[in-house]
This record gives sequence, structure tokens and C-alpha cells, in this order.
Amino acid sequence: MSDITSSSFVRQDLLNERPAPVKTTGFIGLVRTRLFNSPTNILLTIVGALLLWFTIIPSVKFLMVDAVWTGHDRTACLTETAGFAVGACWPYIQAKLPQLIYGFYPEAERWRVNLTLVLAAVLLLPLLIPRLPSKGLNAGLFFFAFPVVAFFLLYGGGITGFGLSWTAGLLQLFDDSIIGAGRAVLALSKSSAIGPLLWVAGNLIVLVGTAIYWLIFPLTWLRDQLQGTGQSVWADFAITAAIVSLIAFVLGGGVRTGGRALTSSIATFVAIAIVIKLMGLDHGGLPVVSTNLWGGLLVTLVVSVTGIVTSLPIGIALALGRRSTIPLIRIFSIAFIEFWRGVPLITVLFFATYMLPLFLPGNFTIDGLVRALIGIALFTGAYQAENVRGGLAAIPRGQGEAAAALGLSWWKTTSLIVLPQALRHVIPNLVNSFISLFKDTSLVSIVALFDLLGSLRASFSDPKWSTPSTAFTGFAFAGIIYFIFCFGMSRYSLFVEHRLNAHRRN
Amino acid sequence: MSTEARKPPTQIALKIRRVLGGKTGWNGIAVQFVFAAVLGWIAYEIVSNARANLENQHIAAGFGFLRNNAGFDVNQTLISYTGSDTFLRVFVVGLLNTLVVSVVGIFFATVIGFIVALCRLSPNWLLSRIGELYVEIIRNLPLLFQILFWYLAVLAALPNPRQSISLFGLAFVSNRGLVIPRPIGESGFEAFVVVLALGIVASLALRVHARRALFQRGQVIRIWPYVLGLLFGLPLVTMLIFGLPFSFELPQLKGFNFAGGSRIIPEFVALTLALSTYTASFIAEIVRAGILSVHSGQMEAGSSLGLSRGTTLRLIVVPQAMRVIVPPLTNQYLNLTKNSSLAVAIGYPDLVSVFAGTSLSQTGQAIEIIAMTMGVYLLISLLTSAVMSVYGWRVSRSLGA
Repeated sequence: MSDITSSSFVRQDLLNERPAPVKTTGFIGLVRTRLFNSPTNILLTIVGALLLWFTIIPSVKFLMVDAVWTGHDRTACLTETAGFAVGACWPYIQAKLPQLIYGFYPEAERWRVNLTLVLAAVLLLPLLIPRLPSKGLNAGLFFFAFPVVAFFLLYGGGITGFGLSWTAGLLQLFDDSIIGAGRAVLALSKSSAIGPLLWVAGNLIVLVGTAIYWLIFPLTWLRDQLQGTGQSVWADFAITAAIVSLIAFVLGGGVRTGGRALTSSIATFVAIAIVIKLMGLDHGGLPVVSTNLWGGLLVTLVVSVTGIVTSLPIGIALALGRRSTIPLIRIFSIAFIEFWRGVPLITVLFFATYMLPLFLPGNFTIDGLVRALIGIALFTGAYQAENVRGGLAAIPRGQGEAAAALGLSWWKTTSLIVLPQALRHVIPNLVNSFISLFKDTSLVSIVALFDLLGSLRASFSDPKWSTPSTAFTGFAFAGIIYFIFCFGMSRYSLFVEHRLNAHRRN
Repeated sequence: MSTEARKPPTQIALKIRRVLGGKTGWNGIAVQFVFAAVLGWIAYEIVSNARANLENQHIAAGFGFLRNNAGFDVNQTLISYTGSDTFLRVFVVGLLNTLVVSVVGIFFATVIGFIVALCRLSPNWLLSRIGELYVEIIRNLPLLFQILFWYLAVLAALPNPRQSISLFGLAFVSNRGLVIPRPIGESGFEAFVVVLALGIVASLALRVHARRALFQRGQVIRIWPYVLGLLFGLPLVTMLIFGLPFSFELPQLKGFNFAGGSRIIPEFVALTLALSTYTASFIAEIVRAGILSVHSGQMEAGSSLGLSRGTTLRLIVVPQAMRVIVPPLTNQYLNLTKNSSLAVAIGYPDLVSVFAGTSLSQTGQAIEIIAMTMGVYLLISLLTSAVMSVYGWRVSRSLGA
């Protein structure tokens, strides 16, 4: 038996060190594996580098190196005075900045715009951070309270009544229209072949109208009484608050469980009262700034935020209507959605600008900005409906059936079980729609509203600043603003998508 | 003795209720009545208001205005048009211009989109980053912004015709547009076209025959040499026999402008550039997602069966990717067509610009004109979605079989 060390199978000396493997990580590894690993790749890398060289370098040179940074008029940005081939003309942006952001909004009132923007940011940021609590309150403030406050801040003006007067006015308008229709049918019956039938129908409609008149008489009477008193707003406010709080109390379960509903209703009304008092809405409010003075980024933001806030309820309603089993409602929703999705936005804006005023009573003029907003809300609503429908389809049937088994009504099933899950599913799609809405707001410049792009285009025609590089500078500036907003939103949508799919990652 | 199964009682009332009111029954019917009443009331208000307003403005409703003289000029027409033609002809001119810019835009958007998608999928790091940069920048800027950028900044900065940039002496780029050689038909033109059409039809027939042979008898027929011969060889031979099909008239600088050749107006150039680069960024993402959606196991399975890389791509990966790509791709084509209506911002004479713009401001017939314009776009998109649903039905059928 020999020693184990003498066995010829055991190596006596150490192996030579093998060379380290080729580095495949880090910068060197990246260069080696993904840029220069084959002849084709080397060629492609060279092509790519040349492409970058001929686009990035001139852009940087234009924006930074060759740019003019100070000056008072166009002479500063001319090659003759500057002594070199001038790139971007930044003093032009400096001079036009107020116009690009506020339009012709009066200089003394611009703090109102700034305040609105700050308010929007303060309300929106916590809504976007998923970890922060009380999303319901936050969303309520942003989607319901903020638009109203923003309207009175930006537009100005006050109120002469409150809930009661508005309800009475609306009902009266509706009633007048019904009686008018009845009278029209009666007039038609005198010259028609089916005269007696129309006569009966017309009298019936008039009768219904009269009945409604007496039904709402207490409301209209109360309103007329309130208008007589000196403090009509506050009296109306008190009565409305009392009625709404009482209804909330009763619906909330009366003495047994209604306390919660009562307190939240009272808290809401106290908050509304504070806002009314602070902004002085009861005696005229802030001075009115007509919308044809608005412009620039302000209009872009107003249009897109209004579009976002109004399109979502429209979209939810249409999506639910499209899934409804009631034939007429389903057919109407499908037709409505497909119509608005089938036409370009610009024809919708033309429709809102030229056709909508024809559909309204002659004595009723409607603001140009509001017209565009209506068009955009309908158009985006149809797109949002399809997004929401996708979310509704993703919810398993079992959820709705379980809710039905627990005895929940259709409204409760939808609002408490199905919609919250469905909407959470489609947040990324909704944000993507908002991105395209934000980009599409630039189209309002075609119907004579001066948004950011419209103001930019208007500023090109100023002879004080007309140089060869003015247009490029203006587009660079506006492009950076648009890019920041859209890119930010798209990153946010990716972030939410990532978060929603957390359980699918491995 | 056997007892037959009894038929269930016919519940006519139940069936009617189901048809009229859906699952909710009588409640649903009541809701529908209320809904119909509200819709009817709104329709009544709209009609009566519109009638009153039109009477106040002394505008006669109806489509009679289409036979009136338009009296304005259009700077790009595909069919002959003068200012003394009718509004109906203006409508056709605008529609044709819309279709031309859409078709050209779709072609370039597809080409650029596929190139960018290949860049993004390329193993080369630099190239994929460049593709990503392109997509991110273009996609996050409004289309109108890009149209105006090309039109007001880039094209306006080009030199005037006298100093225009020459492309090999054949085409000239200036701030007045792009001037290209114009083809003029010669004696051999008819024969050339006929032979070319015949060649195309014959190649298609050959392909159908080859596929049938493959699917039914498992026989592989090599057809590409014949197709090549039919498409290129045959027309070449006819050219030798009958002479050249067409010659080109070269543009020449005379005075301050070009004579000869055809001029492509700068509005068209700007619109096509913006539309195709913008849509291309969306197409690139669609194509990339489609190719990535094919499981990598498919490629491996193909090579384990002994297919070459090219054959695997052509026969296995691309057909599966196409199923994912085609529906959103059609959607993008539709979007491009609808977006071509932004032409109105730079004055390219498309449907919206000449009809809903100029004609509307001349006649004031807002309802008729906007309804016609919307109807055209609606028709295009409904037709496309009908075609797409047939395609989707065929795909799901082939998957089920």
C-alpha cells in the first residue's frame, strides 16, 4: 500500500492562474458586448454616433453656446451686432414670458392666476403620491371644490343667490320649456291632418307644465321673498344648508346612524361659507376678467384640467350605459361613443364654435372658451368611456354576483364594489388619455383662443423681435414646457402601472 | 306506454319584458320611457332654437348651397378646379387632398416606424437608445406644435427659389416648396401599364396557387424567380419593344421661380413630415410590442426543428407578431387620417380647411357643412372598424381551429 501522495493521479504543483474572464459588466463590458462585438455592430455604432453628432451638437450649440442671453430688442440677436452666427435669442423669451404664461390677463390681477396654480399644485401633489392618506377627501377637494374656487378666482364676479335660487331658476326654465312645447303643438294642431290628436297631446303637455308650475310654486315664492331681503345670499345659504343637512340626516339613517352624515354635511357648508366670505362672493367678488383676455399657459392648463375633471364622470356614465342591459340606454351610449371617437377633434371644435350657438336660445350667448371646453369634454369623455369599459370588463363577474348575494342594490354594487376596482385597474390608461388631452389642447388655437401655442404664434409677428432665430427659439421654449408636462405624466403612468402589477413580478 | 316530456309553458309576457327592458324588466322599460322623453325634449329644444336662429340670420337651411359658385381659389387641386366651380366640387377637392396627404403620410409613417422599431430592438446599445430618444421626444410634443415647427421655423428658414438647394440637379428645395421632375406619358405608356397590371395579377395568382399546394398537398413550390420575372422582366421587355413609357420634365430656374416640373407646396411638405414622424413614433412602439409579444420559445422551437433564422422569423415569429400589430396599427392609420385635419392651421387645402373653413365662412351654412365634414370622417372610421372586426373574426377563427 503506497502513500496517497505518491498516486500518479494527484497533482503535485498548483495550476497556473487562468486569465480573468472578459468583463461583461460596467462601462467597458457594455462597450465590448453591446457596441463593438461584431463587424455589423461596429458599423451600426458608427452610424449611430454620426447621427447623434449631427443632431445633438448643433442643438446644444444653438441653445447654449451661440445663444444671446441679454438684450432689449431684435438688434441684440442679429448676426451683425453680435459678431457671430446667433443661435437662440433668449431675451425674446424673456420679453414675451408674461404673454406666454398669462396672455393679456391684467398685470394687477396676475396674483390670482398664481394663487390658482399654487392651489392646484397643493391639491394635486398629495393625490398623486399613493402613500399619503385620505384620498377620498383629497379627490373631493380637487375634483369638486377646486374647479368652483378656481372659476371665481380666475374669472371673478360674485353670486346673487345660492342652492335654493338656482334650483328654483332651473326648474322654472324647464317648466317654461314644457309649456312652450305644449303651446307649439297646440298651434300646430290647427293646421294639421291629425289636428284633434295633436290638440289632445298639446293640452296634456300644457296641463303637465301647469301642474309642475304649482308643484314648484313654494320654491319660486321663497326665492322671490329672499330676493327682497338685503342679505339674500346668506339667507338662501342658510335655508339650503338646513334643507340639505336635514336630507343627509334622514338618508343617513335618522337619529340612529345619521349623525355622521349630518356632521360632514355641516362641515362642508361651513367650509363653503368660509370660502364665500373670504372671496367676498356675496358682494360682487373679485373684478371680472373676461376670458378673451386669458391666454398662454393659463388657457392650456385651464382647458386640460377642465377636460380632465369633466371627462371622467362623462366617461364613467357612458361606460356604464354601454354595459347596461336596458336596450335604449345601451344603444344611445354606443352611438354617442362611436360618434365622438370617429371624428377628429378639430371638427368637434368647429362644431362647438359654429354649431352650438345655433342650438341655444337666441338671447343666450355662450363664451368662446366655454364652447371649446364643452366640445373637448364630450370628445374626451367618449375616449375615457372606452378606458373605463376596459376596467369594468376586467372585474370578474363573481364580484358583482357576491354583492347581489349580500343584497346590495345595483347602485351600491356599482359604486362600492365594481367601480373602485375597475378605476384602479385603468389608472395608467386614464393618465395616457390625459397626456393626449394635454397635447390636444393646442388645437384650441385654431378656433381663435390663445393658448401657449397660439400666444407663441402671435408673438412671432411682433416686428420688434423678428430675427432669423426667433421662431426656433420660441419653439424650443414651448417644446420644453410641453415635453416636461407630457413626459412627467407618462413617467407617472409607468410608475402606477409598476405598482399595480407588483403582485405579478417575480 | 311512454310519457313525452312536457314543453315548458310559453312565457310570452316574460319574453317581451326581456326584449324591451333587459334584465331589469318593467323598471327598465320605465327608465327607457323617461330617457326617451328627455332625449325628445332636448331634440325639440335644439330644432326649435336652430330654426329660430337661422330665421333671424336669414340663412336658408338645406343643401341647395352646394350648387352655388364657390368663388375662391385652392392652391393644390388634384382635379381641375377654378373659382367659378360649385361648393360641391370644393368638397371633392378638399376630400381628395385629405386622402392624398393621408396616404403619403401613412406610407412614410410605416417606413419610419418600422425602422425605429428595429433600432429599438437592435442588440446595439447606442442604436436602441437613439430609437428610445426619438420615440420619447416626438411622442411627448403636440402634433400641432410639430406641424407649426416644420412650417413656420424649418421651411421658412429655407432659401428662396434662386438660392434653392439642389438634389442632384433633379429636385430643388426652397421656401416655396419642393420642385420635382414631372413624368410625361410617352408612346409606350399604355402597353407598360397593361403589362405591369398583368404581372401583378399573375404573381398574386401564383402565390395563391403555391399556398394551396403547401397547405393541401404539403408541396413546396419555389415561386420567387417567376414573380421577379413577371414584375420586372416583363415590363422591361415591353419597354424594349414599345419604347420608354414616360420621360421626365426637369424643373429649370427661370427668373424668380421654377418652370417645368411639378411643385409640391410647402404646406404639404410640412404636414406630411409632421404627420409621418409623429405617427411613426406610435407605430414604432406598436411594432416593438408586437415582436416582443411572441414568446422566445417560438424562436427556439423553430431552430430546434432545423429551420434557419430567417425562415423562423418569416414563418413563425412575424405571422404571430402581425396578429398583435395589425389592429393597433390600423388604429394609428385612422388617427393619422383624422389628424390630417390639422392642415387648417397652416392652410393646406384639406377637407376641413377649404370646406369647414373657407366655405363655411362664405356661406354661413354651419349645420350642413359641419355635418358633412364629420360624416366623411365618421364614414372612414366606421368602414375601417368594420374591416378590422372582420379581420379579428378571421384571426380568432384561425386560432380556434
